[in-house]
Amino acid sequence: MFVEMLPAIAFYILAATAVGMAFMVIASRNPVHSVVFLIGTFLASAGLFVLMGAEFLALLLIMVYVGAVAVLFMFVVMMLDVDFVEMKQGFLQYLPIGGVVACILLAEMILVGAASLVNPGAGVKFAEDGTSNIEAIGNVLYTEYAFFFEAVGLILLLAMVGAIVLTLRKRDGVKTQNISEQIARTREGGVELVDIKPGEGIGS
Amino acid sequence: MSIGLEIGLAHYLVVAAMLFTIGVFGIFINRKNVIIILMSIELILLAVNINFVAFSAHMGDIAGQVFAMFILTVAAAEAAIGLAILVVYFRNRGNIAVEDINMMKG
Repeated sequence: MFVEMLPAIAFYILAATAVGMAFMVIASRNPVHSVVFLIGTFLASAGLFVLMGAEFLALLLIMVYVGAVAVLFMFVVMMLDVDFVEMKQGFLQYLPIGGVVACILLAEMILVGAASLVNPGAGVKFAEDGTSNIEAIGNVLYTEYAFFFEAVGLILLLAMVGAIVLTLRKRDGVKTQNISEQIARTREGGVELVDIKPGEGIGS
Repeated sequence: MSIGLEIGLAHYLVVAAMLFTIGVFGIFINRKNVIIILMSIELILLAVNINFVAFSAHMGDIAGQVFAMFILTVAAAEAAIGLAILVVYFRNRGNIAVEDINMMKG
């Protein structure tokens, strides 16, 4: 009996964690805390993915979001020297309209979901034909979706180049390496031969 | 109690709907901090991903998971570009208040 209940218990714990942490992301005063709660949300969602039988995506979620995106957010939050206390002013000002929109959205989506709750389908099916999740994804990713895969690679390249171009800036007063200048040095410009008379030196 | 203990498609859809709503709500109430808005967008994309994976598992079709992976990459790219724009904006203006972002109005 208890073993049968385990997936349900895990689901409710993970879902409550995800939703609660997601709420703390938008409600906490300190953006650093927000980033930490965002990491918690993604970890709980990765647990949900495992429950659904998508292990590969769960690990991908942890690697991409917790490992890369959250660190990116954390860096930016800490690098920008912003007074976050006065940022929370006007929090209550937009609460009513935001609450109304959120309630309408949630009601709509739960109504749509309730339609399938009344006559539930076969429930969540897991891949049971012997192939693992990662094998199944790999089978189609490099064959059927090869072009999409390449396009996603291009998007990532675009994002990388765009981020570098946007944030790169020339600053005065910083010693940097000028490679073309270094390579263009000749012997004439760099070396000077001086005849020194004995007892005089090269000062003066 | 079969509805409560049998975890089906609808349960995951409700979780995704809640995450999506929280994301939209976060965009509405945070009118000062762009970083929180970017995080809200990440939450919305996560909700979409949960929907994709739930339907993929429900219908036994792997395509949903493949597209969830693509959404994941696009979300990462979006976060990188968005944060880069944010850094540039902060350099120019010295703050990141949303209400003051009207430089591009005609």
